[in-house]
Amino acid sequence: MPFMPVKFNLQKRVKLAQGLWMLYWLSVIVGILIFSLGIFFKIELRKRSEMMDNNESHLVPNLLILVGVLACGVNAFGGKVCHDSLDPIKFAKWKPMLKPYMLLCCGFNVLLLLTALLCFLMQFAMYLTLAEGLKNGIKFYKDTDTPGRCFMKRTLDMTQIEFRCCGNNNFRDWFEVQWISNRYLDMSNDEVKDRLLSNVEGKYLMDSVPFSCCNPGSPRPCLQHHLTNNSAHYDYDHRTEELNIWTRGCREALFSYYSSMMNSIGALVIATIFLESVDMAGLKYLSTALETMLDPENPECESEGWLLEKGVKETFTELLAKLKTLGKTNQVEEGGEAVTAAT
Amino acid sequence: MAVGKVTFTKAEREKLAEVLWLLNWISVVTGAILFGLGLFLKIEIQKWQEVMSDQGILYVPHMLITTGLAACCINFLGGKICLDCADTNKFLRWKLVMMPYVVCTFFFTSCVLVGALMCYSIRSQLEESLFLGLRNAMRYYKDTDTPGRCYLKRTLDLLQIQFHCCGNTGYRDWFQVQWISNRYLDMTSSTVVDRLRSNVEGKYLMDGVPFSCCSTFSPRPCIQQQVSNSSAHFNYDQQSQQLNLWRRGCRQTLLDHYTGIMQSIGLTVLLIWLFELLVLTGVRYLQTAMENVLRLGDPESESDGWILENSLAETARSNFNIIKNLGKCYQIDDDPNINVPTATAEQEVPSQQVQIPVTSIASRLRSH
Repeated sequence: MPFMPVKFNLQKRVKLAQGLWMLYWLSVIVGILIFSLGIFFKIELRKRSEMMDNNESHLVPNLLILVGVLACGVNAFGGKVCHDSLDPIKFAKWKPMLKPYMLLCCGFNVLLLLTALLCFLMQFAMYLTLAEGLKNGIKFYKDTDTPGRCFMKRTLDMTQIEFRCCGNNNFRDWFEVQWISNRYLDMSNDEVKDRLLSNVEGKYLMDSVPFSCCNPGSPRPCLQHHLTNNSAHYDYDHRTEELNIWTRGCREALFSYYSSMMNSIGALVIATIFLESVDMAGLKYLSTALETMLDPENPECESEGWLLEKGVKETFTELLAKLKTLGKTNQVEEGGEAVTAAT
Repeated sequence: MAVGKVTFTKAEREKLAEVLWLLNWISVVTGAILFGLGLFLKIEIQKWQEVMSDQGILYVPHMLITTGLAACCINFLGGKICLDCADTNKFLRWKLVMMPYVVCTFFFTSCVLVGALMCYSIRSQLEESLFLGLRNAMRYYKDTDTPGRCYLKRTLDLLQIQFHCCGNTGYRDWFQVQWISNRYLDMTSSTVVDRLRSNVEGKYLMDGVPFSCCSTFSPRPCIQQQVSNSSAHFNYDQQSQQLNLWRRGCRQTLLDHYTGIMQSIGLTVLLIWLFELLVLTGVRYLQTAMENVLRLGDPESESDGWILENSLAETARSNFNIIKNLGKCYQIDDDPNINVPTATAEQEVPSQQVQIPVTSIASRLRSH
């Protein structure tokens, strides 16, 4: 008893072949889209790799690029098969390849599922990498003369301006680091000496932030220094002042940017899984409809198409039995050899 | 003596009609491109409209948008007409519309040229507008509590951050304006009062700049206060001063930005104008060829096509005469419908009426 059989006459077969051909080409376009999204994601990660301590994982974009290319290839082949399906001579050369092709499509769907899962799960790794990278970024902000770190200041300033954020968790992270290099500090000044002696590690700490933390939408000119000292500025209360500098932390800002990107890509990949399944079902119907034609010479005859030759349970038990015999054939051969060796 | 006379066989006429149909459809696409370019320019100008003192520059994108829409409509109609022109029977439908259509297309094509030339000529007006606009923006930078000016601070800050510029001509422009509002100045402090008294207008001037002038490429944290005093900061040498703030003025930066955009748009519009001119010439040839075929009576015969029937001077003269006679028609003396009681007037009027059409028909026959 075939699973979900459908009767086909010539018109229905032609319509199915045409519709399936268009669907396959739509899938090729979706494959190209996934490929370009993979490249875009890779570029975005590269752009801000300094904020991620240069050890961010490129697994997801590389996988997306691979999946995109595979999707294009697989679906283009499917489209070609559909295009040739109504001509029996051309279809005859594709017929033997259909079964391995369907298995390949199944494997490809599993790969797509894995990619979608990774898109959603790798966000945790991204969060941890960002936290580590930003912490180091703030620490090395002042080292504009150290090779390998000389652009950290510029990158961090541009990130804070672009993403409208300040510091790692919030702006107070800047109070815990020395972000002014010693070459710009007058060591003979008493104030500077006091400040350096005021903490264990001898760092020049102050309650100030860099200019890139300033909010252009603030009604008053930006206050960068002595942020926790109300008497240092006229008409200033640091507990109620919200518009002066950005209050959001850069880790949260960057993470929300990347996670929204990964979520949309993951949703697209899941939609592609559905599209591929529909393609596979259509191709199965088309190939079975063409195989079961009662009179191969007469194209007008009726035929039947199905998804599975037997019911779902029967197909599964057959598959399991086949896998078992695949394992057993090796054992039987060994036993046979032992017998022949004995005799 | 016709201008640009070319003889067409029937096959050539049909080929011309087909080619023109295709070219008209391509022109619809270029019209859409023109519309898109106008829209893009309008959006770019509106982004920084607050720092421009007069809105005259908006004429350019509006011109491009209207000509783009007109191009789409006219060329769509042209496509339909050219498709029908291959067959003499169908051409009869469009016969009366063809001449006005060609005249309309000629005017519209000259509008496209005007649009392209405007793109190149607007530079001086833009510079003046930016100079005044930026000067006012810097003056009103501190007025974040005045309605109508409360977003000037944010706009100017974002402009300086995005375009890497500071001030009107340079960063020193900020030394001449009070950019900190009085509500954030402690009037009881002696330093503040001294500074306010130090100049005639009582403004709080200082050699400091807003944070948006700070350069992100500087190796040291930004120095905003006492910018010109090198002894106020440790190790503040010439090189530090050069890298500390953005050196360019915002007027020059914005001028370069918009001039670049408008030059590219102007070039594209000029190319589109040349293409439209080509299409117009083709349509004119097709129109005259088809009219001559109808005049000759034999649809299979060869016919001539031209750009102007007579030489340029004669055409100008005859058009001028037509306009003069158009004016004369409205004079009451020649109107035959008015019942003039005198017999002599009745006799005179009909003969005068008859003469004019005879001469015009005669002149047309003579020229063939």
